[in-house]
Amino acid sequence: MAQSTEEVSYLEAISQALDEEMARDERVFLMGEDIGMYGGAFKITEGFLQKYGEWRVLDTPLAESGFVGAAIGAAMMGLRPVVEMQFADFISCAFDQITEVAAKNHYRWGAAVPMVIRAPFGGGVHGGPFHSECPEGWFFHSPGLKLVAPSTPYDAKGLLKAAIRDPNPVIYFEHKFLYRRIKSTLPQEDFVVPLGKADVKRIGNDISVITYGAMVHLALEAAQSLAHEGIDLEVVDLRTLMPLDKETIYASVRKTSKAILLHEDNKTGGVGAEIAALLAEECFDCLDGPVIRIAPPDTPVPFSTPLEEFFLPKTSDIIAAARKLATY
Amino acid sequence: MDVAVIAKEIKREDLLRMYDYLRLTRAVEDRITALYRQGRIVGGVYTSYGMEAIAVGYASALERDDVIAPFHRDMGAFLIRGFTPGEVLAQYLGKRVGPSKGKDGNVHMGDLRRGVFGFVSHLADNLPVAAGAALAFKMRGESRVVFTGTGDGGSSRGDFHEAMNFAAVRRLPVVFFCNNNQYAYSTPLRLQMAIPNVVDRAKAYGMPGEIVDGNDVAEVYLAAKHAIAKARAGEGPSFLEFKTMRMHGHSEHDPAKYVPRELLEEWKKKDPILKAEQLLKQLGYGEEAYFHEVADRVKKEVEAGVEFAEQSPLPEGPEVLEGVFAMSADSH
Repeated sequence: MAQSTEEVSYLEAISQALDEEMARDERVFLMGEDIGMYGGAFKITEGFLQKYGEWRVLDTPLAESGFVGAAIGAAMMGLRPVVEMQFADFISCAFDQITEVAAKNHYRWGAAVPMVIRAPFGGGVHGGPFHSECPEGWFFHSPGLKLVAPSTPYDAKGLLKAAIRDPNPVIYFEHKFLYRRIKSTLPQEDFVVPLGKADVKRIGNDISVITYGAMVHLALEAAQSLAHEGIDLEVVDLRTLMPLDKETIYASVRKTSKAILLHEDNKTGGVGAEIAALLAEECFDCLDGPVIRIAPPDTPVPFSTPLEEFFLPKTSDIIAAARKLATY
Repeated sequence: MDVAVIAKEIKREDLLRMYDYLRLTRAVEDRITALYRQGRIVGGVYTSYGMEAIAVGYASALERDDVIAPFHRDMGAFLIRGFTPGEVLAQYLGKRVGPSKGKDGNVHMGDLRRGVFGFVSHLADNLPVAAGAALAFKMRGESRVVFTGTGDGGSSRGDFHEAMNFAAVRRLPVVFFCNNNQYAYSTPLRLQMAIPNVVDRAKAYGMPGEIVDGNDVAEVYLAAKHAIAKARAGEGPSFLEFKTMRMHGHSEHDPAKYVPRELLEEWKKKDPILKAEQLLKQLGYGEEAYFHEVADRVKKEVEAGVEFAEQSPLPEGPEVLEGVFAMSADSH
């Protein structure tokens, strides 16, 4: 595929995906707080109101449960809503609609709910306890939802397009820290990144680091410095958390025999805990060391710089864990 | 005004059809209650005994392409939308041929093809969903309407208010109703809200509202027709408070001793079937012999449904794994 000549940021990639899907399919429309005239809290939908009008770019009342519910109803009637949670933290207000209605409707009475909820998540931006949360664990435990968390502009665009075309409710966790920090060129043609497929972002032989979102970049940094020490990390980017690509995880760990699970969500009951349990069930025979989890402590995300720095996983945590694992 | 005078606006055949459905609803639910007492139905059994006129009235006022997101005591709406007594009983018995294939029980059934949204126990959860369906109709310029509601208890939920506000802001073609049956499980209205009428809640959203005798099928039908016509004409949402009384417990396991007996005695005189019969007699549309004939006919229909449901197989255990994710939404 031909590549664009200009580099596109993670944020622009999301915006492009929305624009292209809205142009491609008139059933696709957007709902959320301040997404119209203001263009969204992060300006992802800037210019969309002028281009698509107030019935395809709906500024909603400040009522997450209400507008997520409305998106469910519109989806069941044949539209393809994409809802913006201004911050992923506010998704708790819509928790009931997502887990009880969207997630269960197809299972209970056969009604598909083709909708997407965009949830800007993650820390490192001094947002404090209500603007930095990683709430994927809440939904990871709720059957009927698909969850994606891209780490690159390519994945951000391709996964969002795939999510919009999927017949199920998809929560799309976009990382705020990556919005303007990560850039790359993108194919000029239409493309999707299929849901449910992990991507090996770095091939390595010694230790598998299984991660997603902003943490992928930390793992890649750690891999670069460890290469000088002769420790060769493989970085598995899950991209989709649900359904989880178990085959890619198992294949990587069977090759390296060692695993580090890295995420920004709290440690207890997180995605890493589930993968650790899966590795114990399925890959016990090929493990040459303990499965190590690197994740923030079980506290809300703090505000003050030293507290947030302490809270978030760091490259040095990965390096230390890898060195320890290498000695087994 | 005398109901018999207003009811002349309703076609004779429509009124007689509503009477049929009042009878059918009562017969289906009486049979479900009996099966529950025999221990043949597991799980909750929620009936609309004494409240049948609400769902029968509003569902009769809607067009085929309109959508209903019902309250859990709206059996009449399911029946009018073509859920057969056999399917309903199969649902209660957890059979594979039931609308939810055994995945869910009792009134938790729905079918997009028949324009009925599956009920959610979290009361009022379907109100924003219903508003969203109305949003789709408005965006596509279709002249379809959505009818949705909850009880007096459900009107305390945030989703009730969020749905009404959203629908009002966007002037969506949706009619909200409240089945005010005076008790939310055991909680009386006075502990639910500090206002006497649920309809007053609509005012806060700039939505017109009306109090309707929920035990009078003709009044319900006419009020619903009026609200539906306004919604279809692009005049936005409205609210109907159907005043009624829950004559059984919250569920059939609940003897409802918290309800004063005198109150029930008083409401027994306003039974919707009785009221409909009085009206039909007054209008000269039917008399005792006819009423017996209808009662016999629906009883036979329900017995055939019981037989169908009981003879149908239960799902196999591994079927639990089916249908978590949809493979397509093409039918939408």
